[in-house]
Amino acid sequence: MNSIRFQKMLRLGRPMAALPATAALASLSVAERAAANTSNGYNLPYGVTDLAHEIYDLHMLVFWICVGIAIVVFGAMIYSLLKFRHSQGAVPDTSMVHSTKVEIVWTVIPVLILVVMAVPAAETILKIEDMRDSGLTIRVTGYQWKWQYQYMDAAEGVNFFSTLAQDSNFARELHSGIDPRSVPNYLLAVDKPLVVPSGTKVRLLLTSQDVIHAWWIPDFGAKRDAIPGFINELWFNVTPGKEGTYRGQCAALCGRDHGFMPVVVEVKTPDDFKKWVDAQKAEMKQAAAPADAAAPAAAANAAPAESAPLQAAALRTASQF
Amino acid sequence: MAQSHDIAHDDHHDQPDAGIKRWLFATNHKDIGTMYLVFSLIMFFVGGAMAMIIRAELFQPGLQLVDPAFFNQMTTNHALVMIFGAVMPAFVGLANWMVPLQVGAPDMALPRMNNFSFWLLPFAFTILLGTLFVPGGAAAGGWTMYPPLALQGGNSFPMLIFAIHLMGISSIMGAINVIVTIMNMRAPGMTLLQMPIFCWTWLITAYLLIAVMPVLAGAVTMLLMDHFFKTSFFNAAGGGDPLMFEHIFWFFGHPEVYIMILPAFGIVSEILPTFSRKPLFGATSMIYATASIGFLSFIVWGHHMFADGMPMAAQMFFMMSTMLIAVPTGVKVFNWTATMWRGSLSFEPPMLFAIGFLFMFTIGGFSGVMLALVPADFQYQNSYFVVAHFHYVLVPGAVFAIMGAVYYWMPKWTGNMYSMGLAKTHFWLSTIFVNVLFFPQHFLGLAGMPRRIPDYAVQFSDWNMVSSIGGFGFGLSQILFAIVVIQCARGGKKATAAVWDGARPVGLEWTIPSPAPYHSFTTPPTVLAGELHRA
Repeated sequence: MNSIRFQKMLRLGRPMAALPATAALASLSVAERAAANTSNGYNLPYGVTDLAHEIYDLHMLVFWICVGIAIVVFGAMIYSLLKFRHSQGAVPDTSMVHSTKVEIVWTVIPVLILVVMAVPAAETILKIEDMRDSGLTIRVTGYQWKWQYQYMDAAEGVNFFSTLAQDSNFARELHSGIDPRSVPNYLLAVDKPLVVPSGTKVRLLLTSQDVIHAWWIPDFGAKRDAIPGFINELWFNVTPGKEGTYRGQCAALCGRDHGFMPVVVEVKTPDDFKKWVDAQKAEMKQAAAPADAAAPAAAANAAPAESAPLQAAALRTASQF
Repeated sequence: MAQSHDIAHDDHHDQPDAGIKRWLFATNHKDIGTMYLVFSLIMFFVGGAMAMIIRAELFQPGLQLVDPAFFNQMTTNHALVMIFGAVMPAFVGLANWMVPLQVGAPDMALPRMNNFSFWLLPFAFTILLGTLFVPGGAAAGGWTMYPPLALQGGNSFPMLIFAIHLMGISSIMGAINVIVTIMNMRAPGMTLLQMPIFCWTWLITAYLLIAVMPVLAGAVTMLLMDHFFKTSFFNAAGGGDPLMFEHIFWFFGHPEVYIMILPAFGIVSEILPTFSRKPLFGATSMIYATASIGFLSFIVWGHHMFADGMPMAAQMFFMMSTMLIAVPTGVKVFNWTATMWRGSLSFEPPMLFAIGFLFMFTIGGFSGVMLALVPADFQYQNSYFVVAHFHYVLVPGAVFAIMGAVYYWMPKWTGNMYSMGLAKTHFWLSTIFVNVLFFPQHFLGLAGMPRRIPDYAVQFSDWNMVSSIGGFGFGLSQILFAIVVIQCARGGKKATAAVWDGARPVGLEWTIPSPAPYHSFTTPPTVLAGELHRA
């Protein structure tokens, strides 16, 4: 479709891919200004998944359509304001009361414009909702105010919590005296990020243990609520070559520290991811061994006990409301 | 004047009671309208003060002024106070003043209920604002009160619910009064389609209010039951459904959004023709457009919940129905533009506010269409982009229309002209600062800043600082508004009956003297076909 190329031409100067995390940490001055995502600071991030790109293109398409309409409508308004001034002796045309023809035209044209917007939007919805053939499934549970990641499939057993990084946590206290600009990735860093492989369809199963949270990584074009009693699905597939650290935040008011539960995802190549999983498993085995050498499986169940009713209720998905 | 002199002989209530009794026992629509408007102005400053705290904390990254819990109390109560305390009572106040004057009725149909519906509000808001002083602080779960978070509230929780019930009862009674007055007390000869457009928009608004305020009451009552009586309407652990609350809430919440904008449409449709010296273009299609928006408002609530997880068919349905709203809204904007086209425009303060409304409400409409698109909404939802969107439709939208209405009709109310210079200064300061305040919030949201956070990552610093400066400027500018209103109430150049002589407004309210006599239209005027501007 030609319009796609046209949209790409119109795209406002978007920055290159996100800086690799290592580079960001290497120098403080970079850390200060390092964007949390591929946004240029005033527009949506172009992102690092096909879905994010599609959303960005849809957003820009609609944006330019709105700009076009604005030029016509505001143009007519401004022309009226300048041209038909009482102070300059304009005489009102009081016979101009209504015109069925014109009114039909400006009812039909917006409908057509809306169809132009709705078609690509509907196509993208179909993709977003297609949860089939995922390569890795991770169960994500929201808590006040942290995330728990429980891996399934090949990484079964890997299970940890992800909370706001210590330095951010100190700096964010009222009257802490610490300049947030001196903290790398202030409020967007965690002690242990979610790690996923690139080029793999990663499916998240989201739920919550207390109140409603929302998991959001702008660069993945992915946001979904984590609701107690429900399992919501979400998928993303990071383009190979875009490995790096991507940052977002909880996007549903969840209490006092809603602003302090970041979502951080480290994307590795499938090989590096496999190494990471093996290291995690070895670490967990080691941690479990001194306590009870006979039951290494305990490591897999190290998650805090879950309430039975919650698990039962969680069998429903939000899609069946 | 002759008219009010005649009735003085057989009516011992021709003059208001002296002192406090005039207001406590008020049954006169003008007194009650004034009380609503004054109450609304006070609440506008209370809610505004909360906004100032929010913008001060967000001036730079890091927490400098308030605890996050208090910040959440501010965002929650800013919304509740502005919606239920400032915007809605302002519209009811305008309806009280103007509906009887526009349809040629002597008063509202149900004056004692009118008194009750106003006097509930000070109590409701005393309770609501009182929650700031109870242990645990005020409600902090957002004005949307989503469970389970809302259920974590302390002593403020039952007070909040009770206050909302009182506001709901008040709104329903106000709406009943408007409907009964319009349906039964129009001047002989005034057909529904001839009725002034402000009354039309209020009639539709009143039906929306009656339809959805009980839904809100039901939703918050279920919350109360979950909290105190161990029910599990919304408690997943008990087999309940937290998402159900969101569905019920937004079934109320979306029509509520239109409750706050339809009367504004009516006001703008009154002001633009006057100062364009030309009849409203497509008046009948304006009425149909308003009715369509009212109907559509009941079938779009799901667009607030796309990120909640929804069947694909529902996503498609709510996306299409939401986009459809752009059509009647577009018709309105085009009709307003056509009203100015080939007119003879002058720029008195009401006209300035109406023109400001036209431009900035349309910007809010554009971001509304963008938000309707489900895939894009996944990025926008709960970000500052949404904050920018609804503040554009509510502040330079609804609030500008209310201020325009006050500047338009205040000389009729007080009999005095106000300072045009101060009012114009108020307009220009408000317009400049409201854009400095809210336009950068589009950028913040797109760049990834969630809403309802007291502190943010450093890359959001610049636009937040700009936005806060705009906020302080906008807040301070509103002091000018209060000064203009107080000056006008105290005195000034006398207004004529038509007030805007040069512009010759058309409508029954301009046929009575300024200030409007305490009792007007005690003998119904007869409206001849072709007499009103929309014949």
